[in-house]
Amino acid sequence: MTIVQFLIVGIALFSFGLYGVITRKNAVLVLVSVELMLAAVNINMVTFDVYLQDALHQGQIFSLFIIALAAAEVGIGIAIVLMIYRNRQSADVDELNLMKG
Amino acid sequence: MTVSISEFFREAANWGFLAIALPTLYAGWRTVTSNNIVRAVLYLVVSLGGTAALFFMLGAPFVGWTVVLVYIGAVIILFLIGIMITRAPLGVEAVLSHDRSVKAPAALLSTVMFGVVTWALLDAFSNEAIAPFEPTDTTELGFLIFDRFVIPFEVVSFVLLAALIGGIALARMDAEPPE
Repeated sequence: MTIVQFLIVGIALFSFGLYGVITRKNAVLVLVSVELMLAAVNINMVTFDVYLQDALHQGQIFSLFIIALAAAEVGIGIAIVLMIYRNRQSADVDELNLMKG
Repeated sequence: MTVSISEFFREAANWGFLAIALPTLYAGWRTVTSNNIVRAVLYLVVSLGGTAALFFMLGAPFVGWTVVLVYIGAVIILFLIGIMITRAPLGVEAVLSHDRSVKAPAALLSTVMFGVVTWALLDAFSNEAIAPFEPTDTTELGFLIFDRFVIPFEVVSFVLLAALIGGIALARMDAEPPE
């Protein structure tokens, strides 16, 4: 196994996530795309952890922290989307133009 | 130690890798392009399952199982609840993505990003092989978290607590506007 094959899967998933964040209209799907990007970052972390044979396993531990923070981010994100939906009757990011001059 | 293309395909583990990576990438692509919102989330399950399988391949079973439990078990449920509560548009007619004027620059941006980073990776590591490794001992990982990394661990606990309280405060149905 080479190191590059794992890293390329990671960057491909990250690019897909980036594409999704820009193109998706629905706020829940924007969060889904962000999750895809975070999963791609985790692949990078674990791959480098194995490649460098780190005695402290910092890559794996950091990816565990990323997973925990991603869970927190989704919880808050969904709560915010819920509030927006309750106030505007829509979860469409295009219609959130209250702050537009 | 480098690996040529023919050597790459002679190694049995690499066929396993391709069998995991290709469905993962396909599911990732469908996650951001699918016109059905529930299907997009279910493709995310496949994609995250693929990343968990890659972690098992890399000898990181604890991280792999954490992905299965936290992402596939909890986060996906949150997404499905979010979809149901916000009455997201369902069916084939639903418009979930922007039109071509946004898609074209987004595709260009992500393609350029993929190209540049892939070029940089190939330039830096070319076809360097990963040295043989043993699967990470979960006991060892636990000792490291609660010894060397105990303060970051506690900080993450506080972040989760703050997120929990914030989520409850935001989503309460009977929230009164402040006087």
